[in-house]
Amino acid sequence: MNDPRLHFKKPLLTSPFHARTSALNKLNSWGPWGGYTTVLAFDDEPMEYTAIRNQASVYDLSPMVKYKIAGRDAAAYLDRLMVRSVAKLKVGHVHYTAWCDDGGKLLDDGTLFRRGASDFMLCCQERHLPWLLDSAIGYDVAVSEISEEIAALSLQGPCSYSVLKAAGFEKAAALKPFQMADFKFGKSGAPTISRTGFTGDLGYELWTSPGRALELWDILFEAGALYGIRPIGTNALNMARIEAGFIIANMDFITAEHAVRGDRARSPLEMGLEWMIDFGKGHFNGRRALLEEKTKGTSKWALVGLDIEGNVSAEHSLIYHNKKDEVGHITAALWSPSTKRNIALAMMERPYHAERNGDLWVEIYASRELQYHKLMVKARVTPRPFINLARRRAVPPLNY
Amino acid sequence: MTAYDAIIIGAGHNGLVTACYLAKSGLKVVVVEKNDWIGGAAVSRSLYPGFTYSNCSYVSSLLRPEIMRDLELPKYGLQILPYEGGAVLQQDGGYLAMYRDHDANRREFARHSKRDAEAYDRYSRDILRHCRFIRPMLMRTPPDPTSFRPRDLNELMYIGKKFFGMTETERYEMVRFWTMSISDYLDEYFEHPVIKAYLAVSAIIGTALGPMSPGSAYVLLHHYMGDVDGNIGAWGFARGGMGSITQAMSKSLAASGGEIRAGKGVDRVLVKNGRAVGVVLDGGDEIHGKLVVSNMDVKRTFLKTVEEKELPAAFVKQVRNFKIRGSSGKVNIALDGVPKFKALPKDSPCYRGDLHFTDSIERMEKAYDDWKAGRWSRDPFQDTMIPTLIDPTMTPPGKHFMSCFVQYAPPKINGGEWTDKDRDEFGKTVINQIASYAPGFKDLILHMEVRTPRELEREVGLTEGNIFQGELTFDQLLFNRPVPGASQYRSPIKDLWMCGSSTHPGGGVMGAPGRNAAAEILRDLKKPLPMSDAYAVL
Repeated sequence: MNDPRLHFKKPLLTSPFHARTSALNKLNSWGPWGGYTTVLAFDDEPMEYTAIRNQASVYDLSPMVKYKIAGRDAAAYLDRLMVRSVAKLKVGHVHYTAWCDDGGKLLDDGTLFRRGASDFMLCCQERHLPWLLDSAIGYDVAVSEISEEIAALSLQGPCSYSVLKAAGFEKAAALKPFQMADFKFGKSGAPTISRTGFTGDLGYELWTSPGRALELWDILFEAGALYGIRPIGTNALNMARIEAGFIIANMDFITAEHAVRGDRARSPLEMGLEWMIDFGKGHFNGRRALLEEKTKGTSKWALVGLDIEGNVSAEHSLIYHNKKDEVGHITAALWSPSTKRNIALAMMERPYHAERNGDLWVEIYASRELQYHKLMVKARVTPRPFINLARRRAVPPLNY
Repeated sequence: MTAYDAIIIGAGHNGLVTACYLAKSGLKVVVVEKNDWIGGAAVSRSLYPGFTYSNCSYVSSLLRPEIMRDLELPKYGLQILPYEGGAVLQQDGGYLAMYRDHDANRREFARHSKRDAEAYDRYSRDILRHCRFIRPMLMRTPPDPTSFRPRDLNELMYIGKKFFGMTETERYEMVRFWTMSISDYLDEYFEHPVIKAYLAVSAIIGTALGPMSPGSAYVLLHHYMGDVDGNIGAWGFARGGMGSITQAMSKSLAASGGEIRAGKGVDRVLVKNGRAVGVVLDGGDEIHGKLVVSNMDVKRTFLKTVEEKELPAAFVKQVRNFKIRGSSGKVNIALDGVPKFKALPKDSPCYRGDLHFTDSIERMEKAYDDWKAGRWSRDPFQDTMIPTLIDPTMTPPGKHFMSCFVQYAPPKINGGEWTDKDRDEFGKTVINQIASYAPGFKDLILHMEVRTPRELEREVGLTEGNIFQGELTFDQLLFNRPVPGASQYRSPIKDLWMCGSSTHPGGGVMGAPGRNAAAEILRDLKKPLPMSDAYAVL
């Protein structure tokens, strides 16, 4: 299989952790993500979710699309691309950001790691190399796709620091949320640990080379035995991310480069990302369109959190005003085990997201032993995130 | 002598589709075919013992699912076997493959260009946008923009609404796309020559344009908007050869009470007092009918089978000017085994797909330069496949049929007719090209049929050997196809209709012209339409 021409025999790549994840995947439950085969559930989805909120969980993050952006003009270049101010991102820090086409429609969202003054890593859901390269014209910057060169694990849960400490990374205690640092790893080398994650809980992401992936996995699992560490699949992670109110490209919104129907693309103002737009930093992609949208108030949609009556999850449901007029749809939903609320992310037509959100109803087709029952249940717009844990922010991390 | 309600000239796929619909509506229908066999360009013949060829058309995707449903073609035996991907073999010994699997395809592109690998999604998205605009028009009679009839106005509004339903960027992009060359269009997305070469092929197949000619981008769409059993964009082989499509149609026709008379062509259409009243067959027999529908191309119909004095001079002039320049040939080969292509891994699925040997757009354009100079391409491009790797019914065990579509081949050689010697030399050019990528290839050849535009015209009846019954350039599409003022399947002669690929929406084994023509005829006769609505594009 070293012949690069033979990928047709196995189109999906396996992650550097595959030897471990495949051994533990008792359900043999796999799904494609970013060109890799990834675990949807290892053995027991509810227990995997429980590990995220009560113990320590490990998610294989390697399939994330990653670009290295380096060079004298890297910061200026990224400031030109991103809606958020990159100048304000300090070395050794990470931030969540988004980027738009010229029409102010979201191309993707992701995390930007500033490893050095002129050295960045961009992690995201979709692939953007042509766009990144075309945008680089005129900048002294080199952009390369490095997805396969980095292995990454997301260690999340209240005990995640305890696991790190037991694994010899006790200095990670000093990391504030969205900070990162390199740590000594075994006999040589340095994994980068960032205090980041997609769960809304205390958590870290560990980045290393594929060659040392298994070693890192083994260190964590050995250290985490007493903390209930367990590998989790995408399904459990998805539960936690909805509670945390995080959005996923091409699940909660269609990225502009994938939208076949031109009107499907969404602006960051419509996706609740206005807080990150820095109109004052100078020109950036989509600025003119976004400024016009903001000043003229022409946003058509709004992503909101919903609190829905009852306990039947409202996935794929339509939302009505006055039980009659269709005014939106659910993009993600679950009955939240942590908050015991029936929550959802919803794409609402304005002004039903706010000014006229008093009479909203969700139409749910509830399957009860193969018979569908149509429910029309009340929904309230509610702030995101649905959970807001102090332990996510505490420095040093709380001791669990 | 029996009088028919409708006489259809030519048992090609469109003629049969029209005949089936008219027969289903209760009309007494006869199809007249000049050859001893039926099928037109969707034909399978056995020219070497034990082997069946797809002699002309060789793959299916565009055949409308609504037609397959209405005529119950699956019930009458039609099976389409989708094939997966293909490859361009490069001169340097490498290759670029295309796979249906998205990830395999991205990784294959990435072997050549990481950038292009990540550009393909946006390219596919844009092509899909164009398809979504054009596809619903395939099964609608084009509106005449000069007419004030309610139906024309409605149809114009329909197109207008679709156009203005798009975002501004989409509108700009669409108009550019319709008029661009495929070379310029691909340059906007891709950097690697071999990737562009693979993707350009669909834009020039069957068209007397080069990849650098404006207007070639649209032709690409024509090849992208089909599907096989719902697999959008897929192409497939008809089990038993492309003739299986027309065989299934003929069974459907028989079940509806229609007749086929093969073996004698139509010498001329009988016109009395400005109305078509029947046809005179070669040899002098007459068949009478209330209306005549021609599946022949527009030139053959009006310049060879209708007396010029029956037609308005302006119309005749337009028909003379209709562009139907032959651009391709076909080589069908019976093989003693599977050829081994040096570049391909031995179990590559590309063997079961389309193989090309032209690894840059520049080489394709040079091949077109030969066409312009009145000779076949010395370094032609091919769309070559071995359908028997997934359909063993066409050959004896262990043997194979190879279908080579070859471009460019001009309708005339240096202004003169093709000779048998020219034809054989053309065949040699093709074989030599394949052999340079597959050593030992020549030893596998048991029999071959070489078809130049001369054979395509003589046997299939396609004027100048143009496989689309007229080029798919923007000046000959929609309400201008085949000629302005005659886009609605009617002709200047009352009761003489057109149903072939010269009419909207054009060539390919699609059946849409045949169905649209039947719908117009039945509307005129105030008969019920025995057809399901075209599937909505949602």
